[in-house]
Amino acid sequence: MTDELETIVRLSLLIGGVATAGTLPVAFALAWLLARGRFPGKLLLDGLVHLPLVVPPVVTGWLLLIAFAPAGPLGMLLERWFGVSILFRWTGAAVAAAMMALPLMVRAIRLSIEGVDQRLEQAARTLGAGPWRTFATITLPLALPGVLAAAMLGFARSLGEFGATITFVSNVPGETQTLPLAIYAALQRPGGEATVWKLAGISIAISLIALIASELLGRRQGRRLHVL
Amino acid sequence: MGGGRGGASMSFEVDVTARRGDAVVGATFQAGEGSTVLFGPSGAGKTSLLMMIAGLLRPDTGRVRVSGQVLFDAARRINVRPEDRRAGVVFQEPRLFPHLSVRRNLLYGAASAEGLEEIATRLDIAHLLDRWPRTLSGGEARRVAIGRALLRDPDFLLLDEPLASLDRARREEAMLMIERVRDETRLPMLIVTHDPEEAERLGRQIIRM
Repeated sequence: MTDELETIVRLSLLIGGVATAGTLPVAFALAWLLARGRFPGKLLLDGLVHLPLVVPPVVTGWLLLIAFAPAGPLGMLLERWFGVSILFRWTGAAVAAAMMALPLMVRAIRLSIEGVDQRLEQAARTLGAGPWRTFATITLPLALPGVLAAAMLGFARSLGEFGATITFVSNVPGETQTLPLAIYAALQRPGGEATVWKLAGISIAISLIALIASELLGRRQGRRLHVL
Repeated sequence: MGGGRGGASMSFEVDVTARRGDAVVGATFQAGEGSTVLFGPSGAGKTSLLMMIAGLLRPDTGRVRVSGQVLFDAARRINVRPEDRRAGVVFQEPRLFPHLSVRRNLLYGAASAEGLEEIATRLDIAHLLDRWPRTLSGGEARRVAIGRALLRDPDFLLLDEPLASLDRARREEAMLMIERVRDETRLPMLIVTHDPEEAERLGRQIIRM
């Protein structure tokens, strides 16, 4: 039982961590485009990025299933190039969690980039800093608390991911069974209440820690990234 | 570069226009050595003009030359990037980097820490080096901003309303400091102001906008 519990928690943290780390650069690039870019179709991109936030998670999971199925466009590429499939694997669960965390992370990072006073960047340019040095020494450090807050938020969201995950990679103990999925499974089992209590307690504790960390980081930046 | 008054070379040769919303701002002037004041009421586009010379705002037409160097020429498609213009810009607000100490602000554009002590002493900010920008008074922040621009080792200085929002006593102090910087560095200097007294006192030449 304890072993099982440990596996579930470890798997959840692994999937949440990988999903967050993998999404962070993508989310940052998208947030930068949306905050600073001027291009046709920006509204459309904004809408697409936010889609997982409003579409039922089951639909997102189903679309992932179609895309990554052996005959699906992405599944075929993965199979051909790397000889792997993420279907019913923990990697697939990480992809589902990443997909669901993306809009939240993009929103938070975008706010923090928009919060950087561009007049400071202008000052840096007149002091001889090119665009890259300006980005690395002014923009990024000033946006960093918001970016870290976004990562914590994404992590918390990944830990809670259920609908897209169970649709996409099913509920395989030891492989894709994260905390919410394990709770669901325990609820289906007669006499599983004790397990539910334990798992729920752990979920709440981890999520709360992540959220508070995110809030503290966001507050340090003086920006309103509040989710609580 | 010949021409100008008494054979002195021209420091600023500016002839630009730029569309800003519904209005077109721009100016045509030539300035000799020393300090030149851009004088006019608020909204005349003085700051925009300064930003065009600094390279932060792209003019639609015309050219900008400083000490004989072409920085912008619409016809020849020349637009030197702001980081390559070697301008010492002091903005209306100090624009100090909030996440860097005063020392690191001052050295941001400097090739080395060599001139730091001298300039810090000259501007009376030597005791502030380890402070954070948010703890500085308005006058202190402004002096740090001037020091930061000087330590960049600029070829010319652009000062946007350097005395605005300072009280009477501080204004006098700041005015003296600018005069000192002008006389000691001998850099071509363009100062934007809407205050006639300031214009009279700081400018060897006054351009009205």
